[in-house]
Amino acid sequence: MMEALFLLIPLSILVIALAVWVFLGAADGGQFDDLDGPAVRILHDDDRAA
Amino acid sequence: MDTGLNYNYKIVRQFTIATVVWGVIGMLAGVFIAAQLVWPALNFDTPWLSYGRLRPLHTNAVIFAFGICGLFATSYYVVQRTCQVRLFSDRLASFTFWGWQAVLVLAAITLPMGFTRGKEYAELEWPITILITVVWVAYAVVFFGTLVKRKVAHIYVANWFFGAYIIAVALLHIVNGASMPASAWKSYSAYSGVQDAMIQWWYGHNAVGFILTAGYLGMVYYFIPKQAERPVYSYRLSIVHFWALIFTYMWAGPHHLHYTALPDWTQSIGMVFSLILLAPSWGGMINGIMTLSGAWHKLRSDPILKFLIVSLSFYGMATFEGPMMSIKTVNSLSHYTDWGIAHVHAGALGWVGFITMGSIYYLVPRLSGKKAMWSTRLIDAHFWVATIGIVLYIASMWIAGVMQGLMWRAVNPDGTLTYTFVEGVKATFPYYVVRFGGGLLYLSGMLMMAYNTLMTMRDTVSQDARIPSLIPLPA
Repeated sequence: MMEALFLLIPLSILVIALAVWVFLGAADGGQFDDLDGPAVRILHDDDRAA
Repeated sequence: MDTGLNYNYKIVRQFTIATVVWGVIGMLAGVFIAAQLVWPALNFDTPWLSYGRLRPLHTNAVIFAFGICGLFATSYYVVQRTCQVRLFSDRLASFTFWGWQAVLVLAAITLPMGFTRGKEYAELEWPITILITVVWVAYAVVFFGTLVKRKVAHIYVANWFFGAYIIAVALLHIVNGASMPASAWKSYSAYSGVQDAMIQWWYGHNAVGFILTAGYLGMVYYFIPKQAERPVYSYRLSIVHFWALIFTYMWAGPHHLHYTALPDWTQSIGMVFSLILLAPSWGGMINGIMTLSGAWHKLRSDPILKFLIVSLSFYGMATFEGPMMSIKTVNSLSHYTDWGIAHVHAGALGWVGFITMGSIYYLVPRLSGKKAMWSTRLIDAHFWVATIGIVLYIASMWIAGVMQGLMWRAVNPDGTLTYTFVEGVKATFPYYVVRFGGGLLYLSGMLMMAYNTLMTMRDTVSQDARIPSLIPLPA
């Protein structure tokens, strides 16, 4: 009997449910609407020492 | 001091210095225990200097000290700059620094004293386990709190990787850390036997997947584009492989338990998901390397970029080797041999080490108000010395590992074993010498980094960078 799986499988399903919830929330919130701008925007941030 | 207008660079500086210092300590411990395997007299007949006690000191120092301090430094830097906002709470952030250093010092004291839970990468006894939990909750509050108060709507992809690593560690640590204290420095795991083994390696492999992979991919997605001055090759791919990685890593743990008492079907699941994992891992590698499109020439003259890009080659290598070793037939040869050590160190020295070093070399001048590191040539020397060290390390352990596996399984025509175990040990000796040499080279490189960092930072005028006003989006 693999008792540890009674913990690990429900736990993993919970984690996946959380991940799905976060993903759908982010998608609905527009996080994945612009997939080109963000890559370039970090390059505009000038973090060189003065 | 109007802190609202500046980024908190002090905490990044603190963790950056800690990363370099612990890097030297952890690697020195590694070189010492490698030396002990060649010259056992170096155990000095003293319990607290014995290999058995110093090995977890080495693993804890390189992963939790060097590794995680590097993740603290870079995650705190990246989340601030990409969200264009100061950290959620300076006081909590400071608590994470001093709290984490306390964890590490306690580890350095208790492990040589022999206080251990006996679980790999989870050796620290229950009082320290509780301290880790408290510090980690504070870390999560600071990191996610900063995301919540962000001034940029889009959450840059690197922050997803850092966020996943922080949440995963909390979950893994609490589940695998569950234990019943019996005295001040002794506890018993809440689980036992093969159940404990399964949970231990669910933890162990997810530590690899979420700390040593997801966390450092966060570094990849910020510091490589910034250093190369090129955007991430495919931002879409970065999001896709993030989710693929998150969903697949959880199931790979059983590949540490092939041919043990773990049920066959559980082993098979671990094997299959480990093989599937090759795809999202290589997605990340390709994305990072191809970011250099149009900028390959920079590799000739920029040693920081060398560290960052070569780290991805080792990442690709380790994430190919890992799935191969997860195949049961291959594992029947490789398990318990030094091949496992070769695999770990390709990932640790090549991938984790190099991406951390490249990222820290990026940070140090900016944190010190300098245009560049004190010596760029020393960075280059570090790169070459370290790379040669890695190659010697891995090659010697590959040969040793396969040799051990073959010797252990060799049978005579009458069915008896051809070799005694100790004959395998004796045959391994020259490879331990070469490995020691490789590790020594890698440590020398780290010492060069420490010196270079010291010379760059020693006359820093402590100043937090101003938060620039938001760049308006192009129409």
